[in-house]
Amino acid sequence: MKILFQLEEAFKIAIQSILAHKLRSALTTLGIIIGIVSVTLMNMTIEGLGKAFQSSISSIGADVLYIQKWPWFAGEDWWKYRNRREIQITYAKEIKEKSSYAVAVAPSIGASTTIRFGGNFMENVFVIGTTEEFIYTAGVAVEMGRFMSEVEVKAERPVCVIGAEIAEKLFGNLNPIGRDLKIAGRSFKVVGVLEKQGKFLGIASLDDRVYIPIGQFIRMFPWRWGTTINVKVRDINEIEDAIEELRGIMRALRKLKPWQEDDFSINRQELLLNAYNQTVGIIGAVGLGITILSLIVGAIGVMNIMFVSVKERTREIGIRKAVGATRFAILIQFLIEAILISSLGGIIGLIFAIMLGFVVDQIIPTALPIWIALVAILISIIVGLISGLIPAYKASKVDPVESLRYE
Amino acid sequence: MTMPLIKLENVVKIYDLGAEKVHALRGINLEIQKGEYVAIMGPSGSGKSTLMNIIGCLDTPTSGRYFLNGVNVSELDDNELARIRNKEIGFVFQMFNLLPRADALHNVELPLIYAGVPGNIRKKLAREALEMVGLGDRLHHKPNELSGGQRQRVAIARALVNKPSIILADEPTGNLDTKTGNEILALFDELHAKGNTIILVTHEPDVARHAHRIIRIRDGMIESDEKVVDRIIAQKG
Repeated sequence: MKILFQLEEAFKIAIQSILAHKLRSALTTLGIIIGIVSVTLMNMTIEGLGKAFQSSISSIGADVLYIQKWPWFAGEDWWKYRNRREIQITYAKEIKEKSSYAVAVAPSIGASTTIRFGGNFMENVFVIGTTEEFIYTAGVAVEMGRFMSEVEVKAERPVCVIGAEIAEKLFGNLNPIGRDLKIAGRSFKVVGVLEKQGKFLGIASLDDRVYIPIGQFIRMFPWRWGTTINVKVRDINEIEDAIEELRGIMRALRKLKPWQEDDFSINRQELLLNAYNQTVGIIGAVGLGITILSLIVGAIGVMNIMFVSVKERTREIGIRKAVGATRFAILIQFLIEAILISSLGGIIGLIFAIMLGFVVDQIIPTALPIWIALVAILISIIVGLISGLIPAYKASKVDPVESLRYE
Repeated sequence: MTMPLIKLENVVKIYDLGAEKVHALRGINLEIQKGEYVAIMGPSGSGKSTLMNIIGCLDTPTSGRYFLNGVNVSELDDNELARIRNKEIGFVFQMFNLLPRADALHNVELPLIYAGVPGNIRKKLAREALEMVGLGDRLHHKPNELSGGQRQRVAIARALVNKPSIILADEPTGNLDTKTGNEILALFDELHAKGNTIILVTHEPDVARHAHRIIRIRDGMIESDEKVVDRIIAQKG
């Protein structure tokens, strides 16, 4: 019971002391505030990225391989891949015939152009030329109408399938099915609208794409680079075998000698995961660096102000000891004051971080589960505890005779 | 024979200042009975403050023994001394020594907080103590809103609130004008009449003559210890 009353007294006195020195307390907490803002924003973005990544990756499908000239995330070796030969669209057909693991194979190639419907238009829309099998490799469902058919692809008909965002922005409330869309000046009949996919990693949207038969694409955009062969594998557990088989088929298609290196890349989700981990790693490292630095600054600030507080209140300590305060009672009184100042900074920092989170959210997705707020408060309490320890110990050792004489 | 409230046996206090050793007390033998009103007198540097600190358990003797209520407090550690101060001793200082940011009630509550008395009882006891010193209408005034005499009354209420064995007053009128000082001394008379043991440390003979017994200290030793024959009875207000 005794300790409870002493704690209550310690809280009362600490609040009085902080209120009596508002500006000093606010300045002291600055380091803590910055530290808590940084740790909270870091956690919020890592958490947000993780969520965005999870929802995006599952929609893309982990059982799809992408044969491309470039590996994803080439890093510093990019020059090595620059001189590789382009991937040919015709590989798709060959792979479909030769592979025992592939259930769907679709070449795809894209370009940016302007699209128009009536008076509405959109610039820099990514138009993708592909085949009917793309719908199986893309892991996306059709919302309205249908995907393009084999016949339409073979005959290179002027039909298109549009992403959900295109349908919203260009057609508004109208049903786009059967209407004519102008792509780079040519008329295409809309046969289908894809289901909304959402943002990928929160940055690039897959919903603002237009899909047309690949033959049409080649006629419209003669420059042909960046071709991808999308291969959907029968069983995700066979994906390693499928990669080996595809390598063999590709090497044969490229007529590579046994001693020559692969001049193509087989990309997969796992690589995306690596990139994700890398991004998170960088955010984590930078965030942690800033956090630790500012918390050290904050801790020194709190410690400093606590030394001042102990010095200023030497007489008060003497009075308390004279009326029966033990060393321990004095110790917890100053510890609580340090913790209170520090967690005040923690709460202010948390509020700032949440507000800043709305800004950051425009660029990188963020999320705020309750544990992030708890971690922020906990960290500020621990910093307060650590930085208050030495001043509080010093206060507890004050000699009552000396301190009662102290002016 | 009853046990004395305070018994000092050959108490010596030496301050080690590195270069020299200061003999503040050179062997004090002293007994004070319960209910006595004693003044300790002496010029500055005589050792009377040191003696007061030892009697008040703020300090421990270098050698010799000090029994308070039969307990040898010269052998106790810091925490036990804090408990003794809390339970047995009520201090009244020359500089009042109130917490500046706390109101009168909270200042008086302070010893009870460290004694572990629950809030509602604490408030009640503190209010009673303040009423007893005539400050029942000043409960929520801060020290800087009170006059010197009122501040000293708050300090006395704080000294009384734990019902200690000794009230130890160190120059309690030193910072007050004569009239206010007399009021405070009248309050001590009143407390003494109610059975409290009072030890008054002072260098003013007029103040000392309110007590029943005067102990004079010089150069760390007791110079004289005698009954007061011409006691001054303080006039109230």
